[in-house]
Amino acid sequence: MGFNIILESMPRFLDGTLITIQITALSVVIGLCLAVPLALMRVAKNPFVRGPVYAFIFYFRGTPLLVQIFLIYYGSGQFQNGLSQIGLWYLFREAYFCAIMSLTLNTAAYTAEILRGAIQGVPWGEIEAARACGMSGALLYRRIILPKAFRLAWPAYTNEVVFLLQASSLVSIITLMDITGVARVLAARTFAFYELFLTAAAIYLILVYGLIWVFHRIEYRISAHLRAAPETAQPAAGM
Amino acid sequence: MKQFQKLFLSIIMMAIALALNSPVSAGEWDKVRIGTEGAYPPFNYVDKDGNLQGFDIDIAKALCEEMGVKYEFVVQDWDGIIPGLMAKKYDAIIASMSITEERKQKVDFTEKYYLTPARFVAKKGADIEISTEGLKGKTVGVQRATIHENFLRDNFGKSVDIKSYATQDEANMDLVSGRVDLVIADATVLLGGFLETDAGAGYAFVGPGFTDKEWFGEGIGIALRKGDDALRKMFNEAIQGIRKKGIYQKINAKYFDFDVYGD
Repeated sequence: MGFNIILESMPRFLDGTLITIQITALSVVIGLCLAVPLALMRVAKNPFVRGPVYAFIFYFRGTPLLVQIFLIYYGSGQFQNGLSQIGLWYLFREAYFCAIMSLTLNTAAYTAEILRGAIQGVPWGEIEAARACGMSGALLYRRIILPKAFRLAWPAYTNEVVFLLQASSLVSIITLMDITGVARVLAARTFAFYELFLTAAAIYLILVYGLIWVFHRIEYRISAHLRAAPETAQPAAGM
Repeated sequence: MKQFQKLFLSIIMMAIALALNSPVSAGEWDKVRIGTEGAYPPFNYVDKDGNLQGFDIDIAKALCEEMGVKYEFVVQDWDGIIPGLMAKKYDAIIASMSITEERKQKVDFTEKYYLTPARFVAKKGADIEISTEGLKGKTVGVQRATIHENFLRDNFGKSVDIKSYATQDEANMDLVSGRVDLVIADATVLLGGFLETDAGAGYAFVGPGFTDKEWFGEGIGIALRKGDDALRKMFNEAIQGIRKKGIYQKINAKYFDFDVYGD
């Protein structure tokens, strides 16, 4: 094993790690912002609201991410003239933008579907109780349904974010130098495939478990009211 | 039950056949599996009907016929092509692979079977001077894990933005779409695979041809696993053989109007 190769490649791996984190974080944040309205539209009764969102989710869940990335990156290259005319080419020109766009749309579709399930899983009794208190429409969603749905969706959403972090390794095929991209370029030169991809794997492991830890902390926080209260805090409980 | 016995028997017979088939010792090669990329026109590519075509493929067939062995092609992505050889997925790489010191540490090479220069391509009339100064701020596309990438990184790495692609076709696509200003590759590859196609109509070579031995080595050879000396000797003799018989020159003329063997 060439430990020297691993040590020497560390600075470039750190650059790659930064790219991976940036791409994943941006895609997760933008994707979540898109997913909430999409999920609400997905559960709407009006088929003209529900239909397009259903089609969007259908496409992005039904096709491989690799194909989506190729389609957005090389596909947009083919329509370069048209995109230039409407002033969008300067965005699509950048592999960085294409990567974030494909990952964002992909995660938005999955997250919307997770949230859809959670919204429909909110117990009817809670909604009824809220209605009985006079809540309806937006207030009902804001105060009761969405908070409950987020709590229900959280474990599944954690998985989705982990999946996205790992899937971000695909962006190396459109020239981005993320962790995988760095490993591939360095391995091409040194043929130290074993050492370099093991390093890449180790970095991904650290990132994924760091991420899972953070998400578990959040899960712990948002489900505080579901746990038994700590014993010191209940002396006043009337027996 | 009978059927199972039959099946079992035939599996054993197949295993024996396979065992007998595989070369046990030197000099017993009767079939050579050849690894190639199939995405590097005009040297090796997959045509519209899904068949492997190109200079490498024709040379490989001619060499195997010269050696009197059967052959089989295995298509493998470029950046896994040496690991694939070492994992015994095939016995020889005939895929326009340059003989370099770095690669020699992992594999053995035959003598060269051709040697062509590397050149840059840009939009016609782009007026780019090929020098560290002239390329400052330009984006250059190159195929990953090639000697051209090494050459580019070592000579112009400080002044240009380098984008590495899995295949040369992808780099060319991004040259057409304007994501990169230049691409660098083997002159013959750029000529046959890009400049002479419809997509390459508005593009031309810029700057000189590069053949510096430090990066481009001794030419293009056939890569073999270390220690397969018998096979290497067979290939070396076959290369000289097809050159003497004029078979090489015929294949050369089929693809290029200049000599690609060099001197």
